[in-house]
Amino acid sequence: MNSRFDVVVVGAGPGGIAAAAVAAETGKRVCLLDANPAPGGQIWRGISAQKAKSYPQGAEFAAWKLRLDASGCEIWPGWQAADIVALRRLRVESEAGSRDVEFERLILATGARERFLPFPGWTLPGVMGVGGAQALVKSGLDPRGKRVIVAGTGPLLLAVAAGLASAGAKIEGIFEQAPLARLTRFAMYTMFAQPGKVMEGARYGLRTFAVPYHLNSWVRQAQGPGRVERVQVSIDGKESAIDCDWLACGFHLVPNLELPRLLGCNIAAGYVTVDDMQQSSVPGVACVGELTGIGGLEKALIEGEIAGWAAAGNPTRAISLSAQRRKQQEFALHLDRTFELRAELRRLPMAPTVVCRCEDVTHNALAGCTGWREAKLHTRCGMGACQGRICGGAAEFLYGWGPADSRPPVYPVRVSTLAAGIDAAGIASC
Amino acid sequence: MTKSDYHRCYTRNEPAAKAAVKLEETLADVQILLTVNGRPMQVAAGTSVAAAMMMAGEPCRFSVEGEARAPLCGMGICMECRVTVNGVSHRRSCQMICVAGMEVVSG
Repeated sequence: MNSRFDVVVVGAGPGGIAAAAVAAETGKRVCLLDANPAPGGQIWRGISAQKAKSYPQGAEFAAWKLRLDASGCEIWPGWQAADIVALRRLRVESEAGSRDVEFERLILATGARERFLPFPGWTLPGVMGVGGAQALVKSGLDPRGKRVIVAGTGPLLLAVAAGLASAGAKIEGIFEQAPLARLTRFAMYTMFAQPGKVMEGARYGLRTFAVPYHLNSWVRQAQGPGRVERVQVSIDGKESAIDCDWLACGFHLVPNLELPRLLGCNIAAGYVTVDDMQQSSVPGVACVGELTGIGGLEKALIEGEIAGWAAAGNPTRAISLSAQRRKQQEFALHLDRTFELRAELRRLPMAPTVVCRCEDVTHNALAGCTGWREAKLHTRCGMGACQGRICGGAAEFLYGWGPADSRPPVYPVRVSTLAAGIDAAGIASC
Repeated sequence: MTKSDYHRCYTRNEPAAKAAVKLEETLADVQILLTVNGRPMQVAAGTSVAAAMMMAGEPCRFSVEGEARAPLCGMGICMECRVTVNGVSHRRSCQMICVAGMEVVSG
């Protein structure tokens, strides 16, 4: 079955919701699709109207959700974007089957994922991402009484630790790889230039729960057997071992560039380049939020609104938000600089440490490869189910390999979805 | 969004929003019964299959070398949480909500 829309928005996080609501309010026919079971993205995951008050960003989500629902936008949760099968035609898949959606304008708001770095034991059950732990708890995982170590780098560490602590977890410590000098500079900047950022609230929350926050510190090893039970950490140069139930470890975020890359959008220094109205180098394709720089909630919202106004054919309203956008872009630059990865982390994986989790390819097997092509041919690294989404960020840092090509379909899909193009009715049921 | 937009959203849809809150309060008490690797398990309505697997202490899948794996990213990216649901393999459990009678199997 085919559907035609003026605007299709991929990704129902803050950026996608803002873009879709603004465009639909002007009378455009808009479709907002997302692979997750409900709109909200990562930061607003699992916030229901009932719980909205207990989340720091709950009221803002409730307001946007009401605005979206009233805008007349079609919302398709549980639909995964699979491929651009023709000019202005996107193939999407859900449990129910696949369909093609046609659009005049496409707004990509696919967000970011965590960067994971391999260390011995990182594949053990109980080791998860920092955002991963937060997402799982928001989808019903009970953290009460769990001893949790939060490690890696980025502002998420503080926010997630505070969130887990208030939900009843016992945070055994936060281990941030960034050095004090960078954090101090960042703290000064957020205090004077960006009041009200999430960091401040998180810091306050953590003081309440008396959680130790270590800088210059990182996880060296997770130990089992069977599941993580103990973690070896390097705390400002000293080695230490801490018992835990969960290890939440992630190294800031990387944008989900598969769709923009597949479409041929210009990408520079790791992000999609866009103009004042969020338009990429490909006509009719806009990118918002983390795709253009990791900047979080406020940046995504303002860029979403700009793209929404642009799609509605109102450049004046779009441009009027430029000053607010510039402030958020500046914040994104500061984040990247503050949480830059230190060289010591390249020495974390040992020879037998798995780097590609899908195909169990070890550091040893990859160390001799010159790039993605050789790695794929000889080891199957990056060729498993995640298509290099997890090992890609690691390989970029560990081996200096640039991003691998993005090829259709951008997600593992059913054969019936691939074959839908040759089906006369255009719909393939599973 | 301006402050006035924000208030308008709330006031315009207040009865609907209140009804939604009441419905969700009722639903939160509902327990869903499913089986994980053949064993019955109860979770709160709205719990993802990935969260249920972790609470059951069961691995989601086994790697090509046979290692037990559990959810990593929690957001549908890493594919480590794939399970078999009602006989269909390779389902991303973090993207699925538990449904009464669901049969979930590791691997």
